[in-house]
Amino acid sequence: MIVNQFLVLAALLFSIGIYGVLVRRNAVLVLLSIELMLTAVNINLVAFGQYVQDALLSGQVFALFVITVAAAEVGIGLAIVVLIFRNRSSANVDELDLLKW
Amino acid sequence: MEFTDWIADARNVVFLVIAVAMIGSAVMVVTSRNVIHAALMLVVALAGAAALFLMLGAEFVAWTVVLVYIGAVIVLFLFGIMITRAPTKTDSVRLDHKRRWPAAIVALGTFATMATVTTMAFEDIPMPDGVSRTGDLGDVLFSRFVIPFEVVSFVLLAALIGGIVLARKDQES
Repeated sequence: MIVNQFLVLAALLFSIGIYGVLVRRNAVLVLLSIELMLTAVNINLVAFGQYVQDALLSGQVFALFVITVAAAEVGIGLAIVVLIFRNRSSANVDELDLLKW
Repeated sequence: MEFTDWIADARNVVFLVIAVAMIGSAVMVVTSRNVIHAALMLVVALAGAAALFLMLGAEFVAWTVVLVYIGAVIVLFLFGIMITRAPTKTDSVRLDHKRRWPAAIVALGTFATMATVTTMAFEDIPMPDGVSRTGDLGDVLFSRFVIPFEVVSFVLLAALIGGIVLARKDQES
């Protein structure tokens, strides 16, 4: 195994996530694409942690933190999406123009 | 390194299978016409990530991904899809924007940049072996990283309260 194969795979997953964030209209699907990008970041963190053979295991610890923050973000994000859907009866991100003038 | 040399290692064959499954399911997540299918394809991608973590010797992170992501976050997503009544049948409402090519160009540019930079920096450096035990991770998490750990638990608490406050109905007054 070489280091670069993990990094290239993570870059590919991150790019697919960027495509999904840009192209999707439904807010839930945008959140799904963000999860894809966070997974790519976690792969990078763990791969670099294994590469430098860190005694403190910082890569894995921060991957755990990213997973935790991602779980919190999904909870809040879906609560906001549910609230917007209740008020506007639509969860499409391109129809939300309340702050646009 | 030649591809034939690379593929001669059995671990790289496993990696290639996992990578192809992950990329295919990730593409399905961003292109599927069915919202439920997109959420379920994310399960495959995350399971592939967990398998990669096992290959990298990070067993606790792998099982945390299985428990937290596949066990909890995907269920949360399915509830969100159910509540917002996102179109589960095909093409009742468009799920994508009409113009896809600017997004595709941005994604391709990002991938080309990152892949070029990492290939230039880490050409054929081998990945060291070694498994980090869960006990070691627990030791370091509760000694060196105990303050960030507590901060993250506070973030979770704030997200819990915020989710309840946001999602409940306002009382008629």
